[in-house]
Amino acid sequence: MLKESIKMALENIVSNKMRSFLTMLGIIIGVGSVIALITIVSGATSTVTDQVASMGANTVTVQVQGTPLKQGLTQGDVNKIAELSNISGIAPTISGQTSVAFEGNTMDEITLQGKNDVYFENTEDVISSGRIIKSIDTENESRVALIGNDIVNELYVGKNPIGQEIKIGGITYNVIGILQESDSFSSTDTNSSVIIPYTTAMGVVGAKYINSMTVYIADEALADTTTRQIEGVLTKAFNGDEDGYTIVNMQSILETIEEMTSILSMMLAGIASISLVVGGIGIMNMMLVSVTERTSEIGLRKALGAEPKQIQLQFLIESVVLCLIGGIIGFILGVSLAWVVANLIGTSFALTASTVLLAIGFSAAIGVVFGFMPARKASRLNPIDALRSV
Amino acid sequence: MPEKILEMKNLIKTYIMGDEEQVVLKGIDLEINRGDFLSVLGPSGSGKSTLMNIIGCLDVPTSGTYYLSGELIRDLPEVDLSHIRNREIGFIFQQFQLLPRLSAQKNVELPLIYAGVPEKERQARSAHILERVGLADKMNNRPNQLSGGQQQRVAIARALVTEPTILLADEPTGALDQQTGQQIMALFKELYQEGKTIVMITHDADVAKNGSRIVRIVDGNLSEGVYNA
Repeated sequence: MLKESIKMALENIVSNKMRSFLTMLGIIIGVGSVIALITIVSGATSTVTDQVASMGANTVTVQVQGTPLKQGLTQGDVNKIAELSNISGIAPTISGQTSVAFEGNTMDEITLQGKNDVYFENTEDVISSGRIIKSIDTENESRVALIGNDIVNELYVGKNPIGQEIKIGGITYNVIGILQESDSFSSTDTNSSVIIPYTTAMGVVGAKYINSMTVYIADEALADTTTRQIEGVLTKAFNGDEDGYTIVNMQSILETIEEMTSILSMMLAGIASISLVVGGIGIMNMMLVSVTERTSEIGLRKALGAEPKQIQLQFLIESVVLCLIGGIIGFILGVSLAWVVANLIGTSFALTASTVLLAIGFSAAIGVVFGFMPARKASRLNPIDALRSV
Repeated sequence: MPEKILEMKNLIKTYIMGDEEQVVLKGIDLEINRGDFLSVLGPSGSGKSTLMNIIGCLDVPTSGTYYLSGELIRDLPEVDLSHIRNREIGFIFQQFQLLPRLSAQKNVELPLIYAGVPEKERQARSAHILERVGLADKMNNRPNQLSGGQQQRVAIARALVTEPTILLADEPTGALDQQTGQQIMALFKELYQEGKTIVMITHDADVAKNGSRIVRIVDGNLSEGVYNA
């Protein structure tokens, strides 16, 4: 019975190609736009969150503004944070301005950064050649330096700077590596920077305070608790002044982004689903016309022994099949559109099983909802009247 | 002793038309035995269509009793009436009432689908019965590829395939030319010879003569005819 009904539904749809297509158009556009929007937004979301996550989903960054009495954090403050549980590492940063010199040539306005091995271990592609700063450099306050591309080009013309000396603020260091070239619009322009161990910056150069740090969390799930503990240490370090620092938990930023985009995607899908309702009304209209046209067929079927619910099922199946075909076409169009858009704006494109199920489930549901009334009308026709209407 | 398969006693059918009550059947008494070929002869407006609808369980009487195969047919739920129709009645219509998109064989299979017969058996039974009405070579043709007479044969095959208690024919030759009509009547007579029970409604006395028994219906009253084959 079911198989026969599906076959007959398909035959009816094929024999009324133009009308079926026009009726399906509403569903095609509806499903297509919902699927396209969901896929585009989720692709864009995953691109953004990937970018944020690549900055470190397991990190808490602390920017220190300082107070009039204390302009930054001391090594002692950092040690207190390191003693907290759930901390896998701390990368403090000291920044300042300096000048560099090699063989009598000098460059001014150079950014000096003090970092440690933890930073290099957790950050990719910092250097283009040479070696990074290791824990032994940090412990020994070694006079080693990584230098930016502009410095290489200006001071070491025709020479490999690695292994050469460099004077930073009048003190001699060994060049151990060259920083990756950064494009000049980047907020972290390292082309005219030198990086030395932060302990060297404190011990040798005489910097008193740490300006910022990245704290690496062992278990991301406990990021919020750990963040609060770090806040506690920092507030104490600044004598209760919470304006002395800014703390940013990457995990919570990530969650906020995901929350916002999921609201956005639901809103867009909600707007697009209005067209699905319009499409559903089109289906209902066509099914009502079909019931009227086939009144005598319904009468005949009843005379031959069809139960009302069998008639109802037949028309319901027709409407569901119509919607499913429309839904599948719409799905293919929507996914194609999403793919094109993703390639144009350079976000990632991901098709999830839930999107497929959503498209199929939605179109079948529309078939049932909007096919119900016409199907019930068909099932309630009086066979005598129906047969007479030849 | 002939087996009585249909019995009507003082059967009345009234319709309410606006404020007016119209009595269409005014106390019908009718008995049909297994193997009868009954012609119901009457002009249009005589109530013969209403009588056919009641015999075919498409409608139920207002009062009086109607027994079909020993079962009282009254105001039953539609699902029960549909089962009775499927089991007891083989309809043959003036306009054939074939579904245009289905092949002859598929049309014949239709009542078997509603009877819940499995596909293999449906195919075997429909093929067999189409052979019986002389359309073995037309099974895959659609109705519009068949002549009127052939279409009516398909419709007869469809009525026969469930092996119903009664073949109920409403003006079966009404849409056919005289010669084709005679061929269809010849087929009816053959079926009668085989022992099928046939009830044929017609306004044409010449067609009615094919029956083994004729009843006349005039103005809602039934009277036994004189003709006997």
